Formats: sequence, structure tokens, C-alpha cells
Amino acid sequence: MQYMTDRKRAVGKGSSGSGTEHFWGQAISAVGLLILMPLFALTFGCALGLPYEEAIAYYQRPFPAIIAAMTFVVSMVHFRHGIQVVIEDYSRGVTKKVLVVACTALAYTVLAIGLYGLGRIAF
Amino acid sequence: MVQFKLPKNSTVRVGKTWPKPEGASNVRKFQIYRWNPDDGENPRVDTYFLDMDKCGPMVLDALIKIKNEIDPTLTFRRSCREGICGSCAMNIDGINTLACIYGMDEIKGDVKIYPLPHMPVVKDLIPDLTHFYAQHASIMPWLETKTNRPAKEWKQSIEDRKKLDGLYECVMCASCSTSCPSYWWNGDRYLGPAALLHAYRWIIDSRDEATGERLDQLEDPFKLYRCHTIMNCSKTCPKGLNPAKAIASIKKMMVERQL
Repeated sequence: MQYMTDRKRAVGKGSSGSGTEHFWGQAISAVGLLILMPLFALTFGCALGLPYEEAIAYYQRPFPAIIAAMTFVVSMVHFRHGIQVVIEDYSRGVTKKVLVVACTALAYTVLAIGLYGLGRIAF
Repeated sequence: MVQFKLPKNSTVRVGKTWPKPEGASNVRKFQIYRWNPDDGENPRVDTYFLDMDKCGPMVLDALIKIKNEIDPTLTFRRSCREGICGSCAMNIDGINTLACIYGMDEIKGDVKIYPLPHMPVVKDLIPDLTHFYAQHASIMPWLETKTNRPAKEWKQSIEDRKKLDGLYECVMCASCSTSCPSYWWNGDRYLGPAALLHAYRWIIDSRDEATGERLDQLEDPFKLYRCHTIMNCSKTCPKGLNPAKAIASIKKMMVERQL
């Protein structure tokens, strides 16, 4: 049992002085995805069903390649922000820290793989 | 991890069924959560029957009638009986509201009454609001000024006073905070809709000179940003206030001072 006043328990360790950047980042990336996802679906849809050489040539054009790259970046940034909030909501202690680190690493790994694959096609 | 199931000693069981009133034609069934910390038993739901021809129209009227005439051990808070004190907040028919201003004609079928959800229970329908009140105190719910006190009074324009409408009416009944899933999971660190609504009330008060400090205090992933705009708070508020809008306004101010 801890002898702690109610006020001390409510205040905890005080304000961390952060949070707005995370909130704003998630909001901005959500708006970005609203624009990027339809464009990505459109460009990806155009490449679907094409013979291999033509699909490669299609993604060597700047517009589809840039749209795909931006979609990878923005969606993984959004995922990283969002999943951190979900983890913080439902897990505690060491589990929370491990999951946040793991999901952040996963987001950047997926992003790196996506950009590498796109780079190989485009260049 | 978050607990999704009640511990064994908190599982609610079927309780006592009290006899129906004799000779009554307009009878209504009440199912009420009961728990006594002194008897070591699990919580239970007792069933009562009331003659509605001899009962007032509000849920609080029925609770008082049960306590006075059937079961004096039934425990609940009440005071003003007109929606001003916020004492009789409880979960009625699945909604957090004030028993004194919630009419029984708004409820279809049996009347089910539980304490405010996800709070420690003191006894029966009384939740422990100690932490809730401490969180309210932590947002400094008073006018903070640095300028020397004026000779007469701190003046406020009619327009600036109007900005407090929809905020000052909060009676701190805790219906909103206890309806918020974010507050359920992280109530130890998340301030909850009620405290944040009060925080905003002081942030936008034209006479208050601690706006920056107040915003600094809320700049935290848990204190403020655990709000995920679920909107249960605004839906349940028995006073018809909109805590979600107040929280969104705080977030907007947070962004504005960074851009």
C-alpha cells in the first residue's frame, strides 16, 4: 500500500510536454492518405494485368513511381503513429514499451523494403 | 494488459426478489445492483416491484420509495433532486445520467439501475469519485491572474462571457468520464471529459492570465490526447453539454500555438 495523497496520484509525473506533434502528425498523414490512396489505387490498377515488361516500364514513369513512394511513406508514418496509440491504450509496463519499439521497427522496415523494391523497378 | 473480464469476486449474481405490492394494477419491475463491502459477498442484482400509481415520475422518486418503504439498506447519493448537484449520477437503462431528472417514461420495460461504470464501488449505487475529484482539482479550476487586482472587479465583455456558456453548467456528476472507454482503460492518467471541459472553461475565460501554463499542463499524450473522439461523453451528458467539442477546442489551441 502506498500512502499517497489523491492529488499526488492524479498529477502523477506531471505533463510530458509532448503529444501535439504526434496528434498533428497523425491528422496530417490521415489527410495525406485521403488524397494518396485513390491515386495509388488508380495507378496500381492501371498496371494490373499488364505483361511484366510493360508493368516495369509503367512504374519507371515518374507519376506512378512518386505516388507509390509517397503512399508507402505516408501510410507507414500513419501506421506508426496509430499503432502506438492503440498499444498505449490497451497494454501496460514492459509489454507496452516492447510493442511500441517492435511496431515502430516493423513500420520502418516495411517502408524500407517498399522503397527498395520501387527503386529497383524505377532505376 | 487491460482486463476485459471481471475478477471472480466482482461477478454479478442474481439477488433477492422482493414481493409485489398487493392490490396494485400498475406495477413496474426494478432491477438494482447491490454490493456491500462488509458482508464479503459478490455483487448481486435485487428485484423490486413498485406501484407506479403511488410513485413520482423520476427514477430518483422510485429509489427513494424503495428505500423508504421496501428496503432501507439500499444506498445511493442524492441531494437537490433537480439536476444541479450531480449527486445521483448512476447508470440507468444503460445510460449514465442523473436519476432525479431521468423520467421513468423514457425507459421501456424493466428499470435496470447500476452504479456509474468502471469506478470502484463504495456501496450499492455509490461509486468512489476520489480520483475523479482530484483530477478536477489538478486542472486548477479557479481564476488565475498575475495583474494587480483591480479596484472594483475583473471586467468581462458580454461576448467573452458568452464563450463560457455550455461549459460553466457542468455539475461534475461524472456521467461523461465514466462513459468514456478511454477513461475506463487509462483513467489513472487520462483526465477525462469532465476535467478537460472544466480546463477549457478556464483556458478561454478572458479574465484568466494562465492560459499558457494551463495548456502546458495538458500537453501530454495521456492527460489530453487519450481522447479519441468517441463522443460517448457528449451523448450521455445529462445537462446536454458537449465535452468532446471542448476537448477538440483544446487540441486546436495546442496546434495553433505550434504553427
